[in-house]
Amino acid sequence: MKFTEEHEWLRVEGDEVVVGITAHAAEQLGDVVFIELPEEGTMVSKDDEIVVIESVKAASDILAPLDGEITEVNEVLVDEPGKVNDDPEGEAWFFKMKIEDMSALDDMMDEAAYKKYIG
Amino acid sequence: MSDLKRTPLYDLHIALGAKMVPFAGYEMPVQYPMGVMKEHLQCRAAAGLFDVSHMGQVVLRAADPERAKAALERLIPQDVLGLGEGRQRYGFFTNDAGGIEDDLMFANRGDHLFVVVNAACKDADVARLRAALEPEVTVKLLENRALLAVQGPKAEAVLAEHHPMVAEMRFMDVATVPIAGAECWVSRSGYTGEDGYEISVPLAAAKDVAQALLAHEDVEPIGLGARDSLRLEAGLCLYGHDIDATTSPVEAGLTWAIHTVRRVGGDREGGFPGAGRVLPEITEGAARKRVGLLPEGRAPMRDGTVLFASAEADTPVGTVTSGGFGPTLGAPVAMGYVDAAHAGVGTALFGEVRGKRLPVSVAKLPFVAAGFKR
Repeated sequence: MKFTEEHEWLRVEGDEVVVGITAHAAEQLGDVVFIELPEEGTMVSKDDEIVVIESVKAASDILAPLDGEITEVNEVLVDEPGKVNDDPEGEAWFFKMKIEDMSALDDMMDEAAYKKYIG
Repeated sequence: MSDLKRTPLYDLHIALGAKMVPFAGYEMPVQYPMGVMKEHLQCRAAAGLFDVSHMGQVVLRAADPERAKAALERLIPQDVLGLGEGRQRYGFFTNDAGGIEDDLMFANRGDHLFVVVNAACKDADVARLRAALEPEVTVKLLENRALLAVQGPKAEAVLAEHHPMVAEMRFMDVATVPIAGAECWVSRSGYTGEDGYEISVPLAAAKDVAQALLAHEDVEPIGLGARDSLRLEAGLCLYGHDIDATTSPVEAGLTWAIHTVRRVGGDREGGFPGAGRVLPEITEGAARKRVGLLPEGRAPMRDGTVLFASAEADTPVGTVTSGGFGPTLGAPVAMGYVDAAHAGVGTALFGEVRGKRLPVSVAKLPFVAAGFKR
């Protein structure tokens, strides 16, 4: 698994990347009550705001971690946003994307580096 | 957070695993490990303990207690003279423009009046009281007492284990009650929409009293996060958001708190700041009104969301002043001000969220029926 400074995790699955937010991020957000996902087929650029996530406290955006195409979104989260708190690094993935350059993942943090990053 | 003040329960909050945030000059618990959602539901289903020691506790005293009551009436549009001993009322300081400077609770404790004001306003409130009432009345901001609230349907059973007398109290009664060996000033009131008590405790006993209450299996500590969603569901105003120096009590839907004796034709009509605006508004109505708002979708409409009469309209008809998720309803809830023409319950409006007009309807307040023991 790879991690971004925006507290997303990325898991390679065949020729796609599955993206979600880390347990640390979910903990910081608090109880998630609303999620707006992008449409499947959307072409995104790195740092585009593509997911809106609202907790009991505030609204935040999830940024596209890389350039690519959104191939699938986890619709279950729209009806059950609380899953993000229950299983952020498993069942509560946000979207899958096809990225243009898989090697871009190499520059991202691994788990040890992310743990150090969040202190 | 070094320049922030701490309440006497700071160490207890840390020990309980609270996440602390700056609020009105204090380091306060926003939530405990349970989380805002579960804390909220805990308070609706059983009981919760809140540290509200940041709020201002003020004693007004005059040689003749009636003089203190008459004097306070110069600053607020409530009936203070008619308040019986051992009773409390909700009120607010008005300004010359008819806006609200702060909201408060005031109690008749026999030889003095006990006033509780918002943390963020307490210094200004004390200055206002001193300027208007001294030297006839002495104004003392108590630095030697903490303030706790135990709220929820189990609050009576919990507190009655410490003294049976609290079960006999009705909504807005006040009494001096020994709890865990300390002289506590208890009122049957709160700001969650639930039955419950607010307890003024001598500083030295604050931690003991809090721990004695938390020892009960039906009580959990509740942070500011859930306090906000609880009061929002209960349709209660948060000063600085739903009411402020520009909102009149009539616009805010607080006319019920202006007693007949202070209104047009009453024995003590007017005589408070801004009466020239507030009293005519009571009879003629205000141009805008505070209303409940229920977003149709799942997206919360937060403070500042602009409201429109249609998906295309250019001119706004109102603004959200408090909004978020209501755990009891399991849906977003909000309140805000809308032009009187659009304030009827059921009126369909649109809130602009992230550039999109989303449907929202005007709803009756409160969203959750009050559990007060009248």
